[in-house]
Formats: sequence, C-alpha cells, structure tokens
Amino acid sequence: MTALLDLSGVTKAYPGVVANDSVSLTIQSGEVHALLGENGAGKSTLVKMIYGLVKPDAGQMSLNGASFAPADPRAARAAGIGMVFQHFSLFDALTVAENIALGMENAPPMRQLAAQIKAVSETYGLPLAPHRLVGDLSAGERQRVEIIRCLLQEPKLLIMDEPTSVLTPQEVEILFKTLRKLSAEGTAILYISHKLEEIRSLCDAATILRLGKVVGHCIPRDTSAAEMAELMVGSALKPPQKVAAPVGDVLLELRDLSLPPASAFGMPLRQISVSVRAGEVLGIGGVAGNGQDELLSALSGEVTVPAGTVFFKGDDLARSHPNARRAAGLLTAPEERLGHAAAPDMSLTENAMLTGATRQGLERNGILNWKAARSFANQIIADFDVRTPGPGNAARSLSGGNLQKFVIGREILQRPEVLVVNQPTWGVDASAAAAIRQALLDLAEGGAAVVVISQDLDELMEISDNFAALNEGRLSAVRPAAGLTVAEIGQMMGGAHGMEVAHV
Amino acid sequence: MDLSVINPILLLAALMSAATPILLAATGELVVERAGVLNLGVEGMMIVGAIAGFIVAVNTGSPAMGFIGAAAGGAILSLLFVFLTQVALANQVASGLGLTLFGLGLSALMGQSYVGVKPPRMGDLDLGPLSDIPVLGPILFSHDAMVYIGLLMVACVWATLKYTRAGLVLRAVGENHDAAHALGYKVKRIRALAILFGGACAGMGGAYISLIRVPQWTEGMTAGVGWIALALVVFASWKPWRVLLGAYLFGGITQLQLNLQGAGVAIPVEYLAMSPYIVTIIVLVTLSADKSRAPGSLGRIFHASH
Repeated sequence: MTALLDLSGVTKAYPGVVANDSVSLTIQSGEVHALLGENGAGKSTLVKMIYGLVKPDAGQMSLNGASFAPADPRAARAAGIGMVFQHFSLFDALTVAENIALGMENAPPMRQLAAQIKAVSETYGLPLAPHRLVGDLSAGERQRVEIIRCLLQEPKLLIMDEPTSVLTPQEVEILFKTLRKLSAEGTAILYISHKLEEIRSLCDAATILRLGKVVGHCIPRDTSAAEMAELMVGSALKPPQKVAAPVGDVLLELRDLSLPPASAFGMPLRQISVSVRAGEVLGIGGVAGNGQDELLSALSGEVTVPAGTVFFKGDDLARSHPNARRAAGLLTAPEERLGHAAAPDMSLTENAMLTGATRQGLERNGILNWKAARSFANQIIADFDVRTPGPGNAARSLSGGNLQKFVIGREILQRPEVLVVNQPTWGVDASAAAAIRQALLDLAEGGAAVVVISQDLDELMEISDNFAALNEGRLSAVRPAAGLTVAEIGQMMGGAHGMEVAHV
Repeated sequence: MDLSVINPILLLAALMSAATPILLAATGELVVERAGVLNLGVEGMMIVGAIAGFIVAVNTGSPAMGFIGAAAGGAILSLLFVFLTQVALANQVASGLGLTLFGLGLSALMGQSYVGVKPPRMGDLDLGPLSDIPVLGPILFSHDAMVYIGLLMVACVWATLKYTRAGLVLRAVGENHDAAHALGYKVKRIRALAILFGGACAGMGGAYISLIRVPQWTEGMTAGVGWIALALVVFASWKPWRVLLGAYLFGGITQLQLNLQGAGVAIPVEYLAMSPYIVTIIVLVTLSADKSRAPGSLGRIFHASH
C-alpha cells in the first residue's frame, strides 16, 4: 500500500539557521501521526512546506505515490490537505461564514454555505452560528471555525498545529473524539504538539524533531512520556523542586475588581476578588483571551482601576501608576517578550534600565546612571544563565528562551514582594522553562507572593500552591492545587463551552 | 440681507455637482483603505488627474476622453505609491504625503502652457422627459454624465464589497493580511490593484473640477478637496453609502454658505467658510458611534516572512 504522504530528505534553510535538515516522514491514510519537538525544532516550517506556504530547498514530497510540490496553499487544499493553524488565520471583523468561504476553493453561495456549516458543525459536535462575527467568539469557538473550514473540504490529510493550547480539558477530550472519528473514516491527521500525554492518548505514531533533524520515531502508546521528552530535549530534565514554605500575611488583595473591555473585541474583567499571601504561589489558569492580559495590566498599573480594588500590604494602589507600584514592591512581567516586556531594538542594558530604574536606584533626578545599569544587566545575565555575548546586544537578538530568562530575572533581582507573571515559559525550550519555574519557586520560598498566569496547566500544577481559573473575565474560587483533578480544573475553566461529542 | 435671492431648486441641483469630486475621490480611497492601505496622496492624484484630463480634453476636443485620461493619470501616479509601499515597503504615511507634494509640483509643470485655455464643455446628459418633471427634474435629472457615474460607482463598490468573492477577499486582506497570506491570497497584488483603482477615481475627481466645475486650469486648483475626501472615508466608518451622505452634506453646505455669502448674511465669512467642515464632521461622528471600526491591517506594512 502506498503511503498517503511521503517526505524524503526535505531541507529548508533560512539565513543563519537550518530549519529542516533532510527530514523524512511517512503518513498512512487514517493514521494519526504526531510531530513532536520543542519550539524552534522546525515543526512549523515542515508543515508549512506540506501546506504550500514555504518551498523546500531540497528533497522530495509525494502524495499517494505521485510527486507533490504545492505552489501555494490553494494547490495544497485542492490536493486534499487542510490545516488548522496555531495562531488563528481568522478575520475578526468578518462573520463565521465569510471566514470559512475565504478558506475554500469553490465556495457555494452564502446561504447554502451557512446551511452546510450548520450541518457539519452539528454532525461533529462543534456548534457554530454562521452569522456571528469571529471577533466576538471565544478562543475555543475560533478553533471550531478553523476545523469546520477544513472539514467542509473533506481533506485526506488534516494538519493540526498545537490545537489544544486554547482548549479546556473537557474540550480537548471532545476534540480527540472528533479526531478519532475522522481517522476511522480514513482521514490522516498530522498532529503537532509538545504535550506528551495528549500524544500518548491520541496518536498512532510519532516523529521527533530536534534542531531541524529527525532524532527518532516511536509508537507513543508504548513509549513513556519521559522517554519522549528525553528524545525531544536531548537530555534528561530535572523537575523543579518545591519546598512547602510557611505562608505569611496577605500581600496582594483584589476586591471586586471590574474593568470594561479596552476595544470592541476585548474582554472585560468582572468582579475579581482574590488575595495572595507571602510565600504563596497562586496559579491562574484559563484559555487564552479570557482576561489574562487585562488582569495583568490592571495589576501592573498600565490601566488604572477604580479606587478600592487593588490593595498591596493594605495600601490602596488602584489609582497608582506602574512606577509607584514598582517602588512599593509590586512587580509584573507581561506575556509578550518582544514589544511589551522588552523593547526589541534596545540593548539589554537599556532594557534593564527601563524597569529597574526605580528600585535599583539607576536614576537620580532624571540623570541616568548607565554604569550601574550595565552592571545590573550583567548580574541578570550571570545569575539567570542568559546566553548572549554581552549586555550591549539588542533584546531582539536573543532567542525566546534567553530573552524570557532575562525578562523574568530582571524582575526577580529587583526583590519584589509581589511578582505577577503572565505566560512565563511560553515558547521557551524545556530547560529554560525549568530554570524559570525554579526561580519563581525560590522567590516564593524567600517570602514573596507570586502570581503565575499561564495557559500551561502542567506548569501551574507543578509550581502552584493554590489555583484559580479565568473564564470570560471572571475568576473562579481559589482552591488548593494539590489534589485537584483534571476534570475539576476543566470545570473551573468553563467546561466544554457547549461542545458535544460527534454524533456520527 | 436678502434670502429670497437663494433659489432652493438651483441650490439642490448644484449640491450634486459640487459633491461629485469629493465623492469620486473618497469612493476610491474607501476601496484602498478597505484593502488595508492608507494612501494620503489623494490630493496629489487628484491634481495630476485634473491636469492630465485637461490636457487630453483640450487636445482631443472630447471631455469624455479627458476623464479617461484623468483616470489614467491618477492611476499612473498611484503606481509610484504601489512601488514605494508594496515593493520597497516604505512607510505609507510618508509615501502618501510625498505623493501629494510630488503631484502638486508635477501638475504645475505639466500645466504651464494650459493656463487660460478653455476646455471643451461637457453637456448635460439628455434624460428626455425625466428632466421636464417639475422640481425633481432640474434637481435630479439635469446633470452631466459624471454625476451619475459617481453615484453608480458608490453602488458598485458597495455591492462588490458586500456580495462578491472579490470584495470578500479584499476585505480579508485589509482586515488581517497575515491570515490572508496564510490562506494563499496574494496580498500585495490585491493591494496594488486597489491602489490603482483609488488613483483612477481620484484622477477623475480632479478632472471634474478642472473640466466641469471651474472649468479652466489653475495651479493647486483642487485646493484641499483630496484631504476632505480622506477625512470623509474615516468619518463615514469605511461604508460607501455614508461616504455618499457625507459628500452630499459637504457639497450642500458649501453651496449654501456660498449662497448665504451672496445674500449678504451678517455672519463673518470665515464662519460660513468653515461650516461645511464642522457640520459634516458632527454628522458623521454621530453616525460612527456604532461598533464599526477601521480595517484591522490599515496602514501596516505587509512583509511575508516565511
């Protein structure tokens, strides 16, 4: 039997980096094939070549035995390949039906298409209203739009790039049932992820990439997660050590914090009340776009909130601006490394100056002390193992993991009493992620209160003392992290959001 | 002061004609902005269209040929903008401002030997018995062809954006160019075509001033109409029928204030002269208080990274 898709020796180089180095891969019809690897291992480049977005420099691709070299995504779609993107390829200001029409080759008239969308979405238990604006949908609903867009074209191969990062555990389970159903109908699925347990429960085969090269194949059901992780990372990992620290006084308290949405498609915060004690790590989970960024900016002072909602050691800081909050000891590190947490084209010294000026005494009467800033930057680089030639390099030149270590280290070295971080290990390789988590735990052990906002539930379970979830701008009740089941966490995140198991 | 010298029928009839240059230019710019490009060179493309159309009309003796020449002139100038922003990936605001300055200078150069020349006149469209209807006839049915072409253009743009696949793709490119690229649409090609269309429309709007409204050639004769068209697109929330409303409102109040000046109303001329701008802005700002917003990728440079 000829394979559905066969890649051999596929190579793609960008200036300074070989994204894919002679990669070979075979997928059979109806197979669920996992593509495993860390960020930067070359997974996205490989699937972009299959989907016609990037042309390989060398190597052969064949589909059903015939040579396959799609010139653009349309050609790939015509050949029966569908792709669900990690960063959604959707248009906020257009309706669901319009978005779907854009991703189809001969889209039928709108009325007919709307009926088809309803039919397919009900068959697969992914309810969608065709005439709603995509900008008003939740992250999970947006993903349904992408999946339905692919399913309407009856693909032979469905590529899914990190599909579960925006879903609650309940939604993940239902998605998996839908995918198994599809695979039973003969659709092959190429499933990209770095979540090993998911791959073990869903996939028939796995190919593991590291630094652009295939480093192994395995049958996920018969391989332990630790073995796969070792293949992925190249070395065994040391999980962070958590010491139960004595819990002290309440350092940060939110009382009934509400915030209207910043833009037409933004998320409001609704009556958030929570308190964090010294030595405590509070994990805040939730699917992206449920108020995480808004919560962080309300805490950092980027937006000021009504008086009497944010208390730090009993003082009302709700109307204070970021520098006043920093001076008091409430520090934050936002999610977006390039452009929010760090200025991309400024040097590490300048970036150290930007948030460190107040607490590190790098500035006096408006005159900047660059010497002190440079030694502060050097200290961050040394203490947090940031790999860079020196503090004079631009933030943009660092890899994601290194810049993230710098950004988190910069706040930790300022001895915060409360530190709030959003997605501290997003897009960071496993060893850097472990180092960052350990640093956060050490900070809490030293008597600070740490709030970790993250979409990575494994991370939150690993380091949190207490856990709460954001859903539609509301914060669930806070519960001790130890002993929480996946089902309970999922319910806190909003459950299945109306998704149902496929009806066929 | 004698308000009886103002004839309401003539006033309303003049309104449609006064609004046409803005309407044409704004409709073109609306398409450009819906594709995600901010072209601040409308004024420059209008003035080049004005002189290009004038030259063609004088030399061929045909105003219709003049408008075709104007459309070509505006489109050719916009090609420079296409090159700067879509090929060289230059900043759109700076390129647009440069285009306006360049257009003003270029048109002055082209028009040196045409100062004082009279262009061939474009007659009113013969709509037969329709123009004999009392009141409505002189207001609606006694204009030159370009007035109706302008209206038709608005209707076509509206229908294309709303009902056709080409319109959907254009909106998609303007809304999120990265996503459109990921789906395989040619972002730069679509934007280049939209910019050319915008240039052609602006050129025709300019020629309407030099061939019909004034009709003669003077340096800088578009006198800021292109900037008003630009503002109109924003205040109209990127919606074609609101552009029409805004253009008519602006044209109407311009005519009215001219008439009021003629009638000797005891309000300082400066206040009358600024009234069209203020009234148009107030009305359209009130209208735009709904959820409509700018195209998501407006003014952002598209660079296909991978």
